[in-house]
Amino acid sequence: MKVNGKEIKLQEKITLKQFLEDSNYNLTRIAVELNGDVVSRGKFDEITLKDDDKVEIVSFVGGG
Amino acid sequence: MYIYVNGVQNQVSDKTTLLDVKNHFNKDADVMILNGFQTPDDMQIKEGDNITLIKKGEMPPFEVLENLMMARHTPTVHNKVKSAKVGIAGLGGLGSNIAIMLARTGVGYLVLVDFDIVEPSNLNRQSYYISHLGMYKADALKEQIKQINPFITVEAINIKVDETNIKQLFEGCDIVCEAFDNPQAKAMLVSCVLSEMQGTKVVSGSGMAGYESANTIKTIQSMKNFYICGDGETEAKVGRGLMAPRVNVCAGHQANMVLRLILGINNVD
Repeated sequence: MKVNGKEIKLQEKITLKQFLEDSNYNLTRIAVELNGDVVSRGKFDEITLKDDDKVEIVSFVGGG
Repeated sequence: MYIYVNGVQNQVSDKTTLLDVKNHFNKDADVMILNGFQTPDDMQIKEGDNITLIKKGEMPPFEVLENLMMARHTPTVHNKVKSAKVGIAGLGGLGSNIAIMLARTGVGYLVLVDFDIVEPSNLNRQSYYISHLGMYKADALKEQIKQINPFITVEAINIKVDETNIKQLFEGCDIVCEAFDNPQAKAMLVSCVLSEMQGTKVVSGSGMAGYESANTIKTIQSMKNFYICGDGETEAKVGRGLMAPRVNVCAGHQANMVLRLILGINNVD
């Protein structure tokens, strides 16, 4: 699959939530788009990633 | 031919020049603006031109004031921005300055939301005055905007934005600006609006603390309907504060992207 434009090979069946945690993302500070649609934050563990998925992840930093 | 002088349609002869118009309509005017461009020079005018004549120091009648205020806009922009509705979530360093810029631009409907009141540490970068200390930020901004552009509608809402009220607060907005300080709140707002409010665009800010180069602050489109401004990494933390210049640069990026989106330009370059 593609994550932020980079090819990543999925080794096993994995949920979006597990993938994000394994990749050291702070789940409370990100917005995630899967195949062109932004995912509700409560649904990260309901989605199983597939080979041809396209994922965009934006991390926010504090300040404003 | 027909031309517009201070917003009013007038018929003039075909060979009329800019100075002819000034001498005929207001010979004491100090400022001549032709289609958004201020010039002291005489020049040929043509059918449909917009000409604004201003006498400095003179308070114009209220009904022509809006036209005079928008005279330096690029032509045709005003009608589009006037019919736009934009929400701003968070009225700190980003949101207060974005609100002021959009008000000056003439965006017709602003929904300003923040639960907080103005306190002294806000004044180093946020658009508030000593006289606003203790006031709700939304109310303080509404008061300023009334002095900047009284021809737009401002809804000031003193409430904490959360997942349960976002849809209701920003219903009908073409664009929502994310302008929070807290990164969790930023992520919450962006995720919620983009996943639950179909077609609404979000312009966000992330990474504008300190006094690194201002040139690292950019606008990027990272998802459908989602634009993010900032350097993406310079967070506020112990030992690195938030300063007016970079915060304003980022707010300027956000406000400009909002303007572009209102005008139907969806790309960042």
